[in-house]
Amino acid sequence: MNREDLKIYTARYIDHAFAITGLLCCLASLGIIAVLFFDLVLDGLPRITSTFFFSFPSRIPEKAGILSAWVGSVIVIVVTALFSIPIGVATGIYLEEYGKKNWITDIIEINISNLAGVPSIIYGLLSLSLFVYLLKFGESILTGGLTLGLLILPIVITATRESIRTIPQSIREASYALGATKWQTIRWHIIPYSTGGILTGIIIGLSRAIGETAPLITIGALTFIAFLPSSPIQPSFPFISFGWLFDAFTVMPVQIFNWISRPQKGFHINAAAASSVLLVMTLLLNGIAIYIRYRFRRRIRW
Amino acid sequence: MVDKIKAEVRRLNFWYGDNHVLKNNNLIVAEKMVTALVGPSGCGKTTLLRSFNRMHELYPNTKSEGEILIYPDSINILSKEIDAIKIRMRIGMVFQKPNPFPKSIYENVIYGLRIKGNSKKSYLDEIVEESLKKAALFDEVKDKLHKSAYDLSGGQQQRLCIARALATGPELLLFDEPTSALDPIATARIEELIASLKKEITILIVTHNMQQAARVSDYTAFMYLGEIIEFGTTNKIFTNPSERLTEEYLTGRFG
Repeated sequence: MNREDLKIYTARYIDHAFAITGLLCCLASLGIIAVLFFDLVLDGLPRITSTFFFSFPSRIPEKAGILSAWVGSVIVIVVTALFSIPIGVATGIYLEEYGKKNWITDIIEINISNLAGVPSIIYGLLSLSLFVYLLKFGESILTGGLTLGLLILPIVITATRESIRTIPQSIREASYALGATKWQTIRWHIIPYSTGGILTGIIIGLSRAIGETAPLITIGALTFIAFLPSSPIQPSFPFISFGWLFDAFTVMPVQIFNWISRPQKGFHINAAAASSVLLVMTLLLNGIAIYIRYRFRRRIRW
Repeated sequence: MVDKIKAEVRRLNFWYGDNHVLKNNNLIVAEKMVTALVGPSGCGKTTLLRSFNRMHELYPNTKSEGEILIYPDSINILSKEIDAIKIRMRIGMVFQKPNPFPKSIYENVIYGLRIKGNSKKSYLDEIVEESLKKAALFDEVKDKLHKSAYDLSGGQQQRLCIARALATGPELLLFDEPTSALDPIATARIEELIASLKKEITILIVTHNMQQAARVSDYTAFMYLGEIIEFGTTNKIFTNPSERLTEEYLTGRFG
């Protein structure tokens, strides 16, 4: 083998070695998730029945369920989404399309990237003093939703901006050259073409929010809730009530946290069962994100 | 020299930041004729073209002085008192790379009308057919008007962009190296199209392809380092230029 051949041989060898290392790393992380998931499901499976989903927590592990927890999670996530999506998307659009490049936008930008790295319990402390004490929203669904909304706001903003940045400048120029205003360009082009990326970012943010425990415990989410929030639809005038926003609540991870800190073995089984359910909820959300990305990517390519 | 003037550039200066890109440009654009802007890369021809529909306003740190008048009403295009949108509705533009919207062929053509608030279907249908016919594209796409514009070939996409620009009925059409991303056959079709369009519309075209300028244009302006070195009928510029610089460029001695 001459020198030239040896060089090529070595390069090829390194190429293969890297491919195999990469594959092993992928499999390792997948394997860890699989092991965790199966371990949880094996422990919790006997408890995952319809009564588990439709019972309130109880002192007796076998009777305890996750009704108030999953309903709480869903409602809090809805509030989170309603709060963070309009603000986050509007901020992203403003910074990309309207905001001039100057020191103010620079400061906003640095702030947003820093906010993404702030530990979630800090958001809990902020909300405790702002929403609970100052604005007197109480330890309520509203406070919980707003807290998680603040937490994922940087994710939504960043996803919006990244998605808008992939739209080529030539598309904007084409629109402006036809006499469009900035808003028309945003309404007909920027928003439709970036929806896939924005939705993906929103869902990834929400799937993070759904698993958050610390900030909600900080603002005082209760661990034992044996009732559902009041109904938004009322039998008497004005028929719609926002009273539920101010009800006390619990969410899945808080319920799990509560059960796991109990000494009885029965509650640990409950925790495993509830964790499996939470994991499935998160995987479902991520699945939706992947599907949306696939759908939108297929329609638009630059 | 020119029968009827459609637009006139007077003492136009333009800066990107501190960079003085257009220096005291004067130019006449003849009505229903094709005027070509030629010159080496970086000479300012695209900058001059984009001044006509005020595209520079989309970007920070640009400044212009002087005027561009459009006739018959002698409005100064560059005047701050006139909304750029009004100007862009009268002056259409076709870009270097085909840039259709990722929407249907139909939606692409009517976009300029839609943003003006036109939504009457019979009217829009009529405009779509008319514009696509003018852009010599109708026969190829008449059965798939509601299919994505991205399914078309590059040359068809560029003709779609021309149809899109025509749909709003502009008086002046700007072409910024419209064939530089196309193959020779698609290029030939665009050139034929330009020749037929000038019966109804005034055309200003930037091209780096000298043969193209010679083939399609009636008037040619040669630009160098931000100045208009020579302007005249294409025939004169290509056969008997008065400036040495023009001759040297056209004979390929630099550029």
